[in-house]
Amino acid sequence: MADYAIEMLGITKVFPGIIANDNVTLQVKPNEVHALLGENGAGKSTLMSILFGLYDPDGGSIRIGGREVKISNPNDAYAHGIGMVHQHFKLVHNYTVTENIVLGQIPRGFGGNTDLREAEARVAALSEKYGLNVDPRAKIESITVGMQQRVEILKILYRNADLMIFDEPTAVLTPQEIDELMVTFQRLKAEGKTIILITHKLKEITEAADRCTVLRRGQVVGTVTVSDTTEQALAEMMVGRPVTFGIEKAPAQPGEVVLSLQGLTVKGDKGNEAVRNLSLEVRAGEIVGIAGVDGNGQTELLAAITGLATPSGGKVLLKGKDITRVSIRERIRKGIGHVPEDRHKYGLVLEFRLDENLILKTFDRTPYSNSLGLLNTAPRLEHAQQMIEQFDIRAGQGPFTKARSMSGGNQQKAIIAREIDLSPELLVVAQPTRGLDVGAIEYIHKRLVDERDKGRAVLVVSFELDEILNLCDRIAALSKGEIVGIVPADHADVSQIGAMMAGVRHA
Amino acid sequence: MPDKALPPKEKFDLIDLFTRSNGAVSLLVIALGFVFGSLFVLLVGRDPVNMFSALLQVVTGWDSSRGVWNARYIGEWFVASMPLVLCGLSMAFAARTGLFNIGAEGQYIAGLTAAQFVALLFPPIPGLHWLVCVLAGLLAGAAWGGIAGWLKAKYTVSEVVTTIMLNYIALYVSQWLTHAFAPGANTYRTKAYPATSLLANPWIEDLTNGSRLGNGLWFMLLSVLVFWFIIDRTRLGFSLRATGFNKEAARASGIKVQSAITTSMVISGAFAGLAGVIVSMGSFSYGRVLPGMENYGFNGIAVALVGNVTAIGSLLAGLLFGMLNSAQPLMQSREIPKEITWIIFGLVVVFISFRNGFKLLADWRAKQRTKS
Repeated sequence: MADYAIEMLGITKVFPGIIANDNVTLQVKPNEVHALLGENGAGKSTLMSILFGLYDPDGGSIRIGGREVKISNPNDAYAHGIGMVHQHFKLVHNYTVTENIVLGQIPRGFGGNTDLREAEARVAALSEKYGLNVDPRAKIESITVGMQQRVEILKILYRNADLMIFDEPTAVLTPQEIDELMVTFQRLKAEGKTIILITHKLKEITEAADRCTVLRRGQVVGTVTVSDTTEQALAEMMVGRPVTFGIEKAPAQPGEVVLSLQGLTVKGDKGNEAVRNLSLEVRAGEIVGIAGVDGNGQTELLAAITGLATPSGGKVLLKGKDITRVSIRERIRKGIGHVPEDRHKYGLVLEFRLDENLILKTFDRTPYSNSLGLLNTAPRLEHAQQMIEQFDIRAGQGPFTKARSMSGGNQQKAIIAREIDLSPELLVVAQPTRGLDVGAIEYIHKRLVDERDKGRAVLVVSFELDEILNLCDRIAALSKGEIVGIVPADHADVSQIGAMMAGVRHA
Repeated sequence: MPDKALPPKEKFDLIDLFTRSNGAVSLLVIALGFVFGSLFVLLVGRDPVNMFSALLQVVTGWDSSRGVWNARYIGEWFVASMPLVLCGLSMAFAARTGLFNIGAEGQYIAGLTAAQFVALLFPPIPGLHWLVCVLAGLLAGAAWGGIAGWLKAKYTVSEVVTTIMLNYIALYVSQWLTHAFAPGANTYRTKAYPATSLLANPWIEDLTNGSRLGNGLWFMLLSVLVFWFIIDRTRLGFSLRATGFNKEAARASGIKVQSAITTSMVISGAFAGLAGVIVSMGSFSYGRVLPGMENYGFNGIAVALVGNVTAIGSLLAGLLFGMLNSAQPLMQSREIPKEITWIIFGLVVVFISFRNGFKLLADWRAKQRTKS
């Protein structure tokens, strides 16, 4: 047997203007859990897409069991025993588990009819063998996200994959489901599978991985044996400088109630009640965090607060005044700032310049436009220059930089600058640091705490439980549109919050 | 595209220029249109020089074959260009708000019809009559555009579908109204307009040796200015542009997206309506029962496209296509098939897709550079 199950040697992949992988070498031993660690944009996904046949590399070679192979599409990858569990599941919701698993190679019975009996038996056997606990006949739409992920695992097991790639598998899971996944990893390993785990979460690596390859800006920083290293050391390799974990902040001094939600009900896209009879208060001078797995009503809740959606029941009060049906413009004037989850869709006009984006919500007021409805250029540029300095926004051509050409971190800084500058009573922030590098994350967290200390009410929604735990003063766990419980952050316990995120009360 | 004339150091970079400047692409595309047009003329055994001398005569009034100068041609060039420029502005204005206004034709017909009725029915007060005609046409075009805008804003009906349907409604309603109710109407025309309703301007007429060009010119130039001013200098323009680029972000920023859409279609329709007035009160002396679409609206789409949906671009592209249009009879007299103008027009519109080609080329080259 060869020393390595799979080797990617000197892989180079170039996209316009950026080298995604620069002479990257990844060697995975048989039957190990090998983590691939790096910040967003470090080139992890590109490397795995090459291995899975989604991209052609511009240079380098791939060897399986010591023999050079060419993988030009996912079918090749399957033929070589490589399977991938994508971050966003690729499942048909109104099909059963088995139907999803056999998609693409449907077994035919007598007379050409679909015959699933044999497939169902095999799925059941695989599920048993790996302790996955999946019902082959259950419909996808009726099972949990964690279970759906296990269906994805079954899908590649069914195709006899020996090397399994997991792309950020914990992003959509509750803490309990993450624990279960870790158990599944051990089980797969025990049965002789090799696993590549793509992640930017250090805890998962120390918990599950044997070795770890760290990527930074498309290059390999090093490959280490996990038992010989620490989270701190891994973080430094990933970022390239020492990092501090946690956020320094004084205890909160909550004042009057700024935002009060009373029995709020909001309909989702499909007409379902995405938020159900929800009540919550946010006071001046505190940060309240909403913990929850994606898709439990966060988007709809924030839409009702910011005015993007009208609730079907209940009330939104700002400083005691009912604003349930007030227009978005009016809410902005009353002092609600909003850093949206999807910053490209709701936060910025990418074709606009930075100075224009910075006045996107205030362009119709003095000094940016006058009483005749004409725009004033000078105050706009001056304001942009000020924001750039205050918030350390890095943009090549200063106020004249197109938002599109700025990095994600600087785009987010621009949005946060704009929203803080509106001097809101209430700052509503969704996923403040998703996709940003560690430096930008530290900075943005600090600014949010500053806002709190200035006596503003801050409401944060994040799918990263660590972020909620570090940043917030009180934590409300959201599950299926309802607040299951609210706990002060200094008494919070991860497993308790995790249980509440899964919908368990009084855990 | 290897270019031997360029030094290898690439201090001045063509592809860079073309990816950065849409105007440069437009110029290149127009040049290519003429190059290929000339090839076609050669292909049918005629001399392209004659084609260019016809175009020269349109633009300068100078007839190189006979050595005569007549300013009337310049006037007629503008007469042919004005409705194209205005319909181009109409299309471009909507496009800047993210709307695809296929209905400039219908808005043009609405404006034309309203102007005709005001011309025939309003008391012939000198100095006021023609102004009321212009106003009526503007409002009718604005209203016709506004309907599509309102339907889009209120019921999210696609403006593409509604504007196309409104084109036909406009045509047939215009035919019926004019035929049934206009004074002195027969199957193709009404009685003559009172002189007070015409856009004629004796000074311009004199200057251009009796061409049909009149006060419409001022309105067209004013429209170009108004377009630029609204889009670039006003609060309204800011909100329209924001809506055009990213509707969701605009809405989340407190911009009333629905009213932005309606407003934009109203203004867009007004430009096309004005085109209708200028044609009916400038080029004709009587009201017409339209035999069919006049295609200014549709050609306006091409004008806006070649003009990069800007004010000045639409003006220049409108003048270009107007030049091709009014060169047709001159070409025929020089034994050049007049259809060549439509071929050039078509080529320019097709070549405009080079704009994306240059982006692809630049991407590919950037990749090659990062590799080495």
